[in-house]
Amino acid sequence: MSDLRTPLSRVKGLGSAKDGTVHFWHQRLTALALIPLVLWFGFGLASLPSDYTTLTGFIQNPVVAVGLILLIIMVFYHAQLGLQIVLEDYVSSHAKRTVAIILSGFINLIFAIVGIVAVLKILLGA
Amino acid sequence: MAEFSLPANSVVKQGTVFKAEEGVKNIKRFIIYRYDPGSGENPRTDTYEVDMDTCGPMVLDGLLKIKDQMDSSLSLRRSCREGICGSCSMNIDGANTLACTKAISDIKGDVKVYPLPHQPVVKDLVSDLTNFYAQYASVEPWMKTDSATPPDRERLQSKEDREKLDGLYECILCACCSTSCPSYWWNSDRYLGPAALLNAYRWIVDTRDEATGDRLDDLEDPFKLYRCHTIMNCAKVCPKGLNPAKAIAETKKLLVQRKM
Repeated sequence: MSDLRTPLSRVKGLGSAKDGTVHFWHQRLTALALIPLVLWFGFGLASLPSDYTTLTGFIQNPVVAVGLILLIIMVFYHAQLGLQIVLEDYVSSHAKRTVAIILSGFINLIFAIVGIVAVLKILLGA
Repeated sequence: MAEFSLPANSVVKQGTVFKAEEGVKNIKRFIIYRYDPGSGENPRTDTYEVDMDTCGPMVLDGLLKIKDQMDSSLSLRRSCREGICGSCSMNIDGANTLACTKAISDIKGDVKVYPLPHQPVVKDLVSDLTNFYAQYASVEPWMKTDSATPPDRERLQSKEDREKLDGLYECILCACCSTSCPSYWWNSDRYLGPAALLNAYRWIVDTRDEATGDRLDDLEDPFKLYRCHTIMNCAKVCPKGLNPAKAIAETKKLLVQRKM
């Protein structure tokens, strides 16, 4: 055996990160929040005729715009939390895992900002 | 990142068939994983035709009959033969369980016996559980107190508080649960696994223990605890009918609770 550390020392490793509970809790909260938000937006969208002016008119309603921004934030936050779990589960290389988690965080953040800016642009009619 | 091919020595080959004696009518076929890491040979599965008219009812009876009468080179762990020592845990008919409490008659077709999944094999059905035992030790499974023991009596506990330990204290550390857990397969170097976490929770809910907060601190970690995704294989295979997944969920609940 090349590693002369005791099994207990290896298991204890660097100790507890004192982290993960907020991640766990937020994943469940965002999942719960997404149930009504997705249903509301899905049915709202499905009940509209699909032409450009009705759709922009729908989003220009401030209540709809706020709901939509909330939906976008929740979707991409939830996606990031879930992706982090998948990467931690399946990517065993520490370096690759760290890079992948940071990258997925940036990508989700960019997607969220793009979505929010798009809603604001329609809302403000710019 | 991903390994798409398995190491050459992981390919399991067909081994020898040990035929039953002439005239034996009631035959059950045992297909058993054989591997000796020191031999340099690949693992193989040997087939044994066991005479059920002269064999006990449990899988362990069959394995011991094979070792005694057909092939003494077969290695396995066993001790109590009544489901309390946890030595004969292995993968039987596709699920981890104790060979001594698994009835042969419950298995349709051939009896397929493998060692516990995803652990280093010492030989045949004997797996190396060093990491598993170290993980159990790491949760410090003993009572920790700051206040002195009363000089005239034991540390008392109400009947209701004692009942909270039911479904937890019965764990025999057979490792069936942990080695059935995919999260444990992928990350057993850092994830403590269902058995260690159930035992950690056993001390967290013990009202006589005074280190509850420290214990929760030690578990609050993305890998040690939060690799559990409620897959429930642990509860499904536990030969003692315990539910480690529930103990883990209760631990998570306590961690959220103390933040609120």
